[in-house]
Amino acid sequence: MRAILEDPASAAAMGAVEVTEAQSGFDAMRLLPRARYDLIITDINMPDVNGLELIHFIRKSEQYRTTPLVIISTQATERDVERGRKLGADAYVPKPFAPELMRETCARLLGTARPVSDG
Amino acid sequence: MAENVGGGGGRGESAGDKAREEFFSEAQEIVDGLSRDLLALDDVCRRGGSDAELVNDVFRAVHTLKGLSGLFGAAMMSGLSHELENLLDDLRLGRIELTSQVLDLLFQSVELYGRILAAAKGDAPEPAPEVKALLAALGQVAQQKGGGGGSVVAQYELDPGLLGVLTEYEEHRLRTNLQAGLSLYRMRVQFQLATIDSALDDLKAKTRPHGEIITFLPTGEGGDAESVELEILVASRANLGVLRGAVAGPNISVEEVRRRDGASNPLASIPPPPLDDRSRERDQTDPYGGVSMSPPTTSGGDALLDEINAAGAGATRTSAPPPAPSFPPGPGGQLGTFPPGGIPGMPVPGIAAGGAGAAAQGASGGSGATQRELTLRSVTQTVRVDIRKLDHLMNIVGELAIVRGVVARLSERVRLDPDLKEIAPDLHRLHRSFDRHLAQMQNGILEVRMVPLGQVFDKLARIVRQISREHDKQVNLVITGAETEIDKLIVEELSDPLMHMIRNAIDHGIEDKDERMRVGKPAVGTIALNAFQKGNHVVLEIEDDGKGMDPKVILAAALRRGLVTESEAREMSDKEVLTLVFQPGFTTRDDVTALSGRGVGMDIVKTNISKLGGVVDISSEVGIGTKMTITLPITLAIISVLMLEVAGRTFCMPLASVEEAIVFDDAMIKTFEGREVMTQRGATLPIARLAKLFQLEGWRPGVWINESAPTPKPPEVRPGRKAKSYCVVATVADRRVGFIVDRLVGQQDIVIKALGKSLKKARGLAGATELGDQRVGLVLDAAALINEVLASSTEGRIAGALEGPRSPKTGIDPRDARSDGGMS
Repeated sequence: MRAILEDPASAAAMGAVEVTEAQSGFDAMRLLPRARYDLIITDINMPDVNGLELIHFIRKSEQYRTTPLVIISTQATERDVERGRKLGADAYVPKPFAPELMRETCARLLGTARPVSDG
Repeated sequence: MAENVGGGGGRGESAGDKAREEFFSEAQEIVDGLSRDLLALDDVCRRGGSDAELVNDVFRAVHTLKGLSGLFGAAMMSGLSHELENLLDDLRLGRIELTSQVLDLLFQSVELYGRILAAAKGDAPEPAPEVKALLAALGQVAQQKGGGGGSVVAQYELDPGLLGVLTEYEEHRLRTNLQAGLSLYRMRVQFQLATIDSALDDLKAKTRPHGEIITFLPTGEGGDAESVELEILVASRANLGVLRGAVAGPNISVEEVRRRDGASNPLASIPPPPLDDRSRERDQTDPYGGVSMSPPTTSGGDALLDEINAAGAGATRTSAPPPAPSFPPGPGGQLGTFPPGGIPGMPVPGIAAGGAGAAAQGASGGSGATQRELTLRSVTQTVRVDIRKLDHLMNIVGELAIVRGVVARLSERVRLDPDLKEIAPDLHRLHRSFDRHLAQMQNGILEVRMVPLGQVFDKLARIVRQISREHDKQVNLVITGAETEIDKLIVEELSDPLMHMIRNAIDHGIEDKDERMRVGKPAVGTIALNAFQKGNHVVLEIEDDGKGMDPKVILAAALRRGLVTESEAREMSDKEVLTLVFQPGFTTRDDVTALSGRGVGMDIVKTNISKLGGVVDISSEVGIGTKMTITLPITLAIISVLMLEVAGRTFCMPLASVEEAIVFDDAMIKTFEGREVMTQRGATLPIARLAKLFQLEGWRPGVWINESAPTPKPPEVRPGRKAKSYCVVATVADRRVGFIVDRLVGQQDIVIKALGKSLKKARGLAGATELGDQRVGLVLDAAALINEVLASSTEGRIAGALEGPRSPKTGIDPRDARSDGGMS
């Protein structure tokens, strides 16, 4: 994921970004208050705190209640994704996905989408 | 794993090859973990149990693999993972049963993952037909699935907000536990974010004996930037008091989640009085009365939530949002009534499956430098390193060691020079310090190279399972010492030889069930795989309790194949006979089985192990079992050697093989059965003259042996005294030989280098090393030398073999080594 988003191709789509990886849901909860992130990407199936709980938590925080939030997960958990949407996720990118799709999605959510020539 | 994207300082790094490489190693790691989990699962199943957590781990691993492979366009892997994930999902949600057939499919998948990865690296062809067959088999299993169970969850006083964040799997676990009649508890725990991982592990460990943790939910209450409150849902058979006692702590409260009285009366609308203030508050604002008993569907949709919402809406139409609870129930009963995050006014963005979301907030400038520093801290603490990079580092250390040698000599010269006496102590100190740090550096690099043998054992466990099933023999693999560490390169090379040996043990060793019963052994055979460290060596034992190896059968087979002559056969001890299995072409089988018996097994095992500087030993007792012992050096990168001088040449004997060195006198020699031996501490020790083995006998002090090559100065011999020589006693496994040398130079750590092309076939030499004064020292292969000496009936015979300059078995003339530029 980091590779995709820090790739020069991604800079073309949404400008340079800096990616912070959280090792777990708790790690994310620990990291979030310490900086200002402009976009959050989470899976749903995670140990301990699951993605839905994380989204719920994130949306309750004053700082992040409107921050764009992307779920990446599989089609297999349709119901869970639907729940994620209801909890306030902005986009869902099913795995496996093409790197371009991810970049494009992030760019749109960040409002930095710019016309990119084909390919 | 959550990942966050922040705007700010850009760092463009090419993803290309590096990412791909990382993909391989990450995928491999996951597959290895998968294999371990499956084995554990297999074990649980065979004992008739089940382990929801393990199934879920396996699911998650495949899930991750699927994501990874999709990312890198590994279509075959991604396709396999997709089907597998479906199967595992059904499995963990209880839609299908974990039968041995299903387990077989899972094991096959792990096998195929390995092959797909090898194919992607270009090491092997893609296993396309196998994958196709497996996909078909997976499809068949998927069709057998039945429905899930009915719901009991709705009978509990659970916050719909809580239910709203359960994943389908967690919901399934909750349902299963409640159906099994377990009680449900709610723990509220305050954690410091800094220590949450260990604190949580601690809590899990305390809870586990009493029940299963369904989920952890951050309440968003009572916490601040540094702490967080979690609501933990636990299903347990224990009563409240027991559970409270188990997890007791300052920031923990435990309460039981009560069944609505409605359980027996579905239409009762008043919840029972709550236990404490907090829950009263919630209950009063939790206006669910009626409970629908209709079973929810197990997949898709939000049936359960609908059910509860509908029930809530039907019973009371309270529309005012509750004041405090963490999850305000929706005012109505329809889907979509949960405001996102419970924050009114937040627009509900559309979600397109294609990933196009609502265009939203612009990217802001981002974090300041200090904040960035903080966030950097939590990235993972490990790095993956290509072993070649470590080799390179080790080579540099080797070069530095040579520099160190030169400095040592320089320091000595300076010390002896009266003009330079003043700087001598400083130089000496510098040298010592350099020496110390170099040693530390060397150790550091070596440490990094070490990996636990468990890595290869896991693969073996899978193979044992597979082979024993193919062969319809029940085999129990007992592993000890999996934590023993050894050089990464050695581990890589070990799996094939070990696999051969395990196959042999199952195919030839372990008897079938009926026969085992007949001779009074337990029906299940045992193969023990033991590893332990012994000095600078790692010892691996593969021991089976099978029928053992019968020397008579082996000898007969060897005779039949012409590997030994009748007269040789008569002279051989049982132990010698056993080693015949290492001869190329040896097999006791006339029929070739799918497993082994093609006669290409054990000699290759032996060759591979000796390439690693190791030896294999066999001991076996008919009817009792067989034990193969592999002794390996811990690392190949660097070895401690004893430097010797023979006929003016320097040789290095790996210190690991040196038992001792003693002053030697020709008078100590005895001749026994045509061999030169000496008595050492009451035991007979075969001896061999290194000079003779390497054809250096013509050399006498002060005599040039080769006009074209300058000979090093002969050792000084004081007039009137006989030249002293030494006997270096070398041992490998349980074999010992005394090698007679002219002089002992000292001990040194060397980086061993492979011999060039022209010397590659030379026997008795493991490699060469630079000595630091532009000279080259040849490193002796102790195991090969010892075997050579012991295998020949007389020392003359090997010497003879070594002397024939054009014979294919030719020993080499180390004189060549100096002018040979083929060192690598």
